[in-house]
Amino acid sequence: MARLIKGRRVVAENTPSPEKGDVLRLEPTDDPAAVAQRLARAARVEVHFPKFGDGRGFSIGRLLRERYGYQGELRAVGHITRDHLFFLESCGFDAFELREGEDPYAALAAFDDFSESYQASAKRPLPLFRRRLA
Amino acid sequence: MYVYDEIDQRLVDERVRQFRGQTERFLAGQLSEDEFRALRLRNGLYIQRYAPMLRIAIPYGLLSTRQLRKLADISRRYDRSYGHFSTRQNMQLNWPKLEQVPDILAELASVQMHAIQTSGNSFRNVTTDHFAGVARDEIIDSYVWCEIIRQWSTFHPEFSYLPRKFKIALNGATSDRAAVAVHDIGLQAVRAESGEIGFRVLVGGGLGRTPIIGVCIREFLPWPHLLTYLEAILRVYNRHGRRDNIHKARIKILVKERGAEKFRDEVEAEWSHLKDGPATLIADEIERVAARFTRPSYERLSDLDLSTTNLPGFASWLKRNVHPHKVPGYAAVTLSLKTTGVPPGDVSSDQMDAIADLADRYSHGELRVSHEQNLVLADVRQADLVALWREARAVGLATPNLGLLTNIISCPGGDFCALANAKSIPVAEAIQRRFDDLDYLHDIGELDLNISGCMNACGHHHVGHIGILGVDKNGEEWYQIEIGGNQGEIRPGLKAALGKAIGPSFARAEVPDVIECLVNCYLAHRESDAERFIDVVNRIGITPFKESVYGKADQRPSRRSREHAVA
Repeated sequence: MARLIKGRRVVAENTPSPEKGDVLRLEPTDDPAAVAQRLARAARVEVHFPKFGDGRGFSIGRLLRERYGYQGELRAVGHITRDHLFFLESCGFDAFELREGEDPYAALAAFDDFSESYQASAKRPLPLFRRRLA
Repeated sequence: MYVYDEIDQRLVDERVRQFRGQTERFLAGQLSEDEFRALRLRNGLYIQRYAPMLRIAIPYGLLSTRQLRKLADISRRYDRSYGHFSTRQNMQLNWPKLEQVPDILAELASVQMHAIQTSGNSFRNVTTDHFAGVARDEIIDSYVWCEIIRQWSTFHPEFSYLPRKFKIALNGATSDRAAVAVHDIGLQAVRAESGEIGFRVLVGGGLGRTPIIGVCIREFLPWPHLLTYLEAILRVYNRHGRRDNIHKARIKILVKERGAEKFRDEVEAEWSHLKDGPATLIADEIERVAARFTRPSYERLSDLDLSTTNLPGFASWLKRNVHPHKVPGYAAVTLSLKTTGVPPGDVSSDQMDAIADLADRYSHGELRVSHEQNLVLADVRQADLVALWREARAVGLATPNLGLLTNIISCPGGDFCALANAKSIPVAEAIQRRFDDLDYLHDIGELDLNISGCMNACGHHHVGHIGILGVDKNGEEWYQIEIGGNQGEIRPGLKAALGKAIGPSFARAEVPDVIECLVNCYLAHRESDAERFIDVVNRIGITPFKESVYGKADQRPSRRSREHAVA
């Protein structure tokens, strides 16, 4: 069963051809600054979430998007369930490889668990209070 | 009260829907125990010794009577007709049913309440001074800033899966009534000479099994930078805080292992990227949030002299439980939840309704929960004090013991909590019974006595002038006694401090004797009534107290028999 969601759709895995660029993989302890120079040539960056409650990847995602300007596919892999999707998307992730057994079609609804965020994030660069006052 | 706008309400409603789905998936076997634990804790739901426990958020301790009546209603319909006010200014229900929790959350949402992030490895309820907004020594109105932090820390996409729980306390007055030095982040409001408002930022304080006083990493943070600076601290912690060992995962361990200076440098480096970004606060937002708080409309009154009121019992209540107010003719009143024989912080559903009636009639329909587990009516006309005292006394809420030895802070302990090594509530009761003579109690004067049933320190024993810690020795309950702790700079010069153990631990039945020894030692050494227990400990050190308790071996309190010690 497909477990991959990309652009809020369930898709089958497609391996990028080498000329499209590299696939980089970051562990929670990796510093995104170390790969900053390689991001322009990357076809995909995978950030690994080894445990359900390990939130380091959320910071890595935001740093890749907001500080190092990465614009390609940013994929969360590892122990991911629908419960993470709203926050992951806010932090700049656009592809999600769900853990074994998690139904990706049912999970799509979780992108709309919340209709707003108070905070500034990769998805919404302005915090709610700036948008409220606009 | 802060009144939700449409978005605040929608987010809380959406959370109810989300948690209902998570509960259904767990009951259907689609979420593992571990996964559901992380999710239910984020909604304050524990699986306790006898039943689930639900912790309901009372943001910064502020509660309307409509909300309190809803809590009374919920505790009757879904629980056993009582609730427990915790030291984190929240309410805990000890007997809800797992499958009914989504319904309870929906009930709470109908009165702008929730259980969001009351547990789990996430931001917890931001806490503050229970006299915020009415204190004479106020620098800023803490509530406005706490609400801004509440919104920023609710469902933060980057910081919802932190290494460990995270507690922020903010104090807006000169006296520290929020214990800012023993929180993950403590914010002390400061007015610069220029008049500019900002915050002194402490980090890495905390109690628990590794008690530490927080260190200052910024003497003055101008208010517009509050959220970007918090964001920088949290990013350093989220990325580098330890996740290999639950007991080493709090930010205090990171600060300690890195060293305060290196930690500060990392925060400043991170902040240099975030400073002046879109999360920088603006005056319009402060005004918008302030305008969403309802305020009492005060009458023009003068202060009254009630010291000549000749009613038995009133004078001691006036002295202990009535506090000065910044508006002439008004006072703040503490309703004591520390009646002997009732677990500290417990309140029945009927009492909740009675308290709501009192708050409606005497204090503009609002009340506050203090971290000492009492309730505060903050806006009482001085002319109404006698009437309020009579009514509070009739429902058992006028024990005149604020600041005194029997105003014990206690966790629920081994009677309820799965983590506890020992019971707390019977120890509190035994001490209250030993010191039940009011004249004697008032003569002893100010003394904070705190009890925790285990080293997680929910009863804040490290910062009691006398702290009692339940320990397990080969399956038996024993109690270690500490003295010299202090929760914060309530008076100038008296800094937050951690207590020191006086020696080997005691059996439960011995504890009241030991406390009496300590008190007698204090009374023998004090130079005047103005010198409090903690002042004497600080002046003469713990050795005389130690000797008074342990003395010679044959004078050990355990050798004495006191039939009324503990049932």
